[in-house]
Amino acid sequence: MGIVFKNVVKQYSNTAAPAVDNISLEINSGEFIVFLGPSGCGKTTLLKMVNRLYDTTSGTIEVDGVDIRKVQTEQLRRGIGYVIQQNGLFPHMTIESNIAVVPRLLKWPEEKIDKRTDELLEMVHLDPRTYRKRRPNQLSGGQQQRVGIARAMAADPNVLLMDEPFGAIDAITRSSLQDELHRLQRLLKKTILFVTHDVDEALRLADRIIVMQAGKVVQFATPYDIVTNPANDFIRKLVGERDVYRKMGFLKVEDIYSADSLDEVAATADGVTLTDDLKLVFNRMVEEQHKAFAVVDSNNKRIGTVTMDRILTKLAQ
Amino acid sequence: MKVIDQIREYFEGNSPVFFANLKTHVWLSSFSMILAMLVCIPLGIWISRRLKIANYIINAINIFRVIPSLAVLALAMPLLGVGFAPAAAALTLLAGPPILINTYIAFREINPAVKEAAYGMGMTPMQTIWKVELPLALPVMLAGIRTASVEIIASATLAVLIGGGGLGSYIINGVSMMSKSYLLIGAVPVAMLAILSEIAFSLLQRKTNYSH
Repeated sequence: MGIVFKNVVKQYSNTAAPAVDNISLEINSGEFIVFLGPSGCGKTTLLKMVNRLYDTTSGTIEVDGVDIRKVQTEQLRRGIGYVIQQNGLFPHMTIESNIAVVPRLLKWPEEKIDKRTDELLEMVHLDPRTYRKRRPNQLSGGQQQRVGIARAMAADPNVLLMDEPFGAIDAITRSSLQDELHRLQRLLKKTILFVTHDVDEALRLADRIIVMQAGKVVQFATPYDIVTNPANDFIRKLVGERDVYRKMGFLKVEDIYSADSLDEVAATADGVTLTDDLKLVFNRMVEEQHKAFAVVDSNNKRIGTVTMDRILTKLAQ
Repeated sequence: MKVIDQIREYFEGNSPVFFANLKTHVWLSSFSMILAMLVCIPLGIWISRRLKIANYIINAINIFRVIPSLAVLALAMPLLGVGFAPAAAALTLLAGPPILINTYIAFREINPAVKEAAYGMGMTPMQTIWKVELPLALPVMLAGIRTASVEIIASATLAVLIGGGGLGSYIINGVSMMSKSYLLIGAVPVAMLAILSEIAFSLLQRKTNYSH
């Protein structure tokens, strides 16, 4: 299950090198996968081959065990959610009509569509009574993209394709949309393929990242592995290997703490927990002028110690 | 006798004739409009997807538009004889270019992202045209239809020269008889028809414009 790419090639007639060069990947059901790379690396092409907006030159793609070429194109697309950068909403339709597009194509009864529309708008935190009858241009960019996500999920597809959905949105709104999407993904367990050229976005959202360069996959790994163990210089540069601060964001207290209780460490009242990341711990060390903190469990009982020395040792590895 | 009295006198005895002429004029204009729309809207959509062919067609049309309406009407006569048919054919030819060009531009300028979203969600090409492209293209298309309708209502006055009848007969008679009253009986209703259709299509255009 999930999505399987087997020796997928895309050759455009007007370029010498293939846009996608013999890619094989296995993506598990319910995974959040980010395609990351500079423009022209083939990430969007690879994404759009999944719903056959582009056809493969050779190789096969299977979605939930079914070869996508064995299904009628429209049928396939109605079963896959699709979100693109802003302007993807139909400007002449109200929000409710936009959301109802795929359910109507699938000929759902109107009451079911009506109920589903309310449910989806609530899911993306837009009040149905306020927004159902509005048109896209009466909404902010962030709200439009919330509707875009709701629309893609309307017929409850297992797979969602997202092509730089937050690319044209200001940084603050983008970050709240990312949180929102992350929450929905955890809740609904969709398989999401998400294209971006924004490293921070990729590191923040992905279960696993596919880093692409010139039509090839150069690394397919978790954000943690990408940051701590980049496959080549290109990725090292991309994620900024020397950016220790970013690296600390992927390391947790449980990776480095010691089980001793050092007496000189401050009271356990403001201790850190095992799942806190080192960025947070380091920030507190600087702000509160401590070189060590107690590590506490969920009952606020002391179980160990984390020190500045241990953080520095880990980062030097 | 004053012009206004002459007009009143004409209507006292001949109002059925006037209304017959008015009817012919409206029928000739609307028939040509509908025919032009039936041909040029699908053609416009078709060439909006084939930009190379579109260039040839648009250039050819622009050359054709240099020919004055009167000449088009005159040219229709040797081919189709006299009466309703050549007049309708000539008027259809005159109405075609603005409808065709505006349809072509309206469809060509639809945001490709919107079309891609439609396809990506599983609409067929026909569903994409009907549910997404046509509603978005309508305001610009209606602007072309509006121009064409005014042009047709005005040019239909010339149809009388090739036996097409209509309100033009009063104007031709008025000119040859040097009669102000005849001129007005023809010209005023034609002007009113043109203004009415202008207003009607403007309202429709505003109504279909989603951004208002």
